[in-house]
Parts: sequence; structure tokens; C-alpha cells
Amino acid sequence: MENILREGSAKTPSVSFNSASGVLELKGRSIPENSVEFYKPLNEWIDSYGAKPCSETVVDIKLEYFNTSSSKCILDLFKKLEYISKQGSVVSVNWYFEQDDEDMEEAGEDYQAIIKLPFKMIEVEEI
Amino acid sequence: MSLKRIYNLYQTMEQEKIILSFNGVVTADVLTAVLDIMETKMTQLDESSKTKKKVFNVLVECLQNLYHHIDERIFDMNELRRHKSALVMVVRNEKSFLIQTGNYIDNALVKDLDAKLQKINSLDREHLREYYREVLGNGFITEKGTAGLGMIDIARKSGNKLEYEFLEIDKHFSFFSLNVKID
Repeated sequence: MENILREGSAKTPSVSFNSASGVLELKGRSIPENSVEFYKPLNEWIDSYGAKPCSETVVDIKLEYFNTSSSKCILDLFKKLEYISKQGSVVSVNWYFEQDDEDMEEAGEDYQAIIKLPFKMIEVEEI
Repeated sequence: MSLKRIYNLYQTMEQEKIILSFNGVVTADVLTAVLDIMETKMTQLDESSKTKKKVFNVLVECLQNLYHHIDERIFDMNELRRHKSALVMVVRNEKSFLIQTGNYIDNALVKDLDAKLQKINSLDREHLREYYREVLGNGFITEKGTAGLGMIDIARKSGNKLEYEFLEIDKHFSFFSLNVKID
């Protein structure tokens, strides 16, 4: 299947979903007015990927910040990954946040509380 | 209008420490432009990146609230301009930022919004977080991608109680004023 490789913009993150390596990355900021439009193809990609996933899938979330409209879409994305992990492959999430950015750290913990996937919280100097 | 009023207005804005203000219809283009200006302004401010992020984040939610809210309503053409208009201001005091918005709201929607804001203001930090998780996890999302999380998120990022008021204008509309403090 085709990979997704998208440049980031002032309102949307860069996307790199690789079906061969099983590495899925979102990086930058996510503040589109209509996040459903942006995330729909990503979620559809994960659906197809889920039919034949790698034995190990690593999700790297490196977001500076995101709006509440994106937060629901990101939750949907995690739910799809949770489903893939229930089918028997290994899925883990690396949640990056910048030093002292409690808001993004808490945002990661919020997902961790809702989603049954292993989360690793990673503090970095700059995303 | 006398020309002196321009100077008076300028002075007022200086005294009130208004570093950004927009009055008009919040379209997608306006939203993008206002955020661009604010981002440029903030790179020049001597503030921690943590505060800058909070201010930017709250401004995003406020503007997108106005954008979606305004978009949803249908008016007769004469009323359209007046009621679609909104005011957005960013104030920078010595110790805090204020993000202030004002917009018309259908009287029929006042009760629900008031109840929601009262609930948000009644919750402490931890309970606000629980409430956020509850609304996030309930799976509800509109076609436009709004999720009912905006005000909760604004309150969380602000860390202060939300100040607000509904001023009844006529039998159809009230003016909703919101003041969000970030320190």
C-alpha cells in the first residue's frame, strides 16, 4: 500500500505514515478549522494498514500543540490503532512534548487514560 | 466623527494595553491572518515560550469558537452584518495576558452556554481535567469537527476562572462577553 508523506503547514502537522516500517509520525501543529477533513484520509489509511500491519507499529506524536477540534480526530486515530493491537500486533505510542510544556504533557496523559496502548512520554528541548 | 477621536481611541488602546484587536466577521481568512499577526507579535515579546503557547492556544480556540458559532446561524440579510460581527482583543498587562471576545448570540442559546460555563467555573483543576476526558471520550463530534471541548480547554489552559456576561440586546439577541486571563 502507498505511504503518506505530507509537508506541514501553518495549521497542519507534517505526516509520515510508512506501511513498510510500521512507523507513523505526526509532527508540528494541528489547528485546522475543519480537522475532520484533514484527518479523514489518515484514519482511512490506518484502516487499510490494519488489514495487514507490521508485527510492530510505532506511533510518534511530536505535536507542538493542537486545537480541540483535532483532539477528537487524534482520539479516533488512537482508537483505530488500539483495535489493530487487539488483533495481535504490537502497537506503541511515543508522545513527545517540549520541556516545561505541561499542557502537552497532560494532553498525552489524557489520551493514555482513555486508550489502552502503551504510551512513552518523551520530554525534548524542542520539537 | 472628529479627527481627534482617532487620537483618543489610540490613547485608550495604549492605556488599556491592547496589543491586538479585530472587529468584524470572523471568516477563515481573517482567522488565519489574526493568528499570523499574533504569532509575529509574540516573537517580539519577552515571554516564556510556555506563556506564548498558552496565549496562542487560547486565541485559536476563541477564534474558532467565533468562526464556527457564527457560521452556524442564519439571519435575515439586514441583520446579517451586525450579528455576524465579533470583537477580539488581546491585552498585555505587566503580569498577565487577557484574551477578550464579544459576539452576538441567539437568546435561545444563552441558557445552555451559561450552564456550561457555570459548570466549568465550579470545577477545580483536577475535576476540569476529568470533565475534559469525559467529553473527549464520549465520541461526539459534529460535521464541522467541533467537539464541545473548546471552553473546557480554554479554562484549562488559562488556569483561571472564565469571566463572562450576557447582555440582552433585544428579544432575539444577547451580547456575549468573555474574558480569559493567562498568567
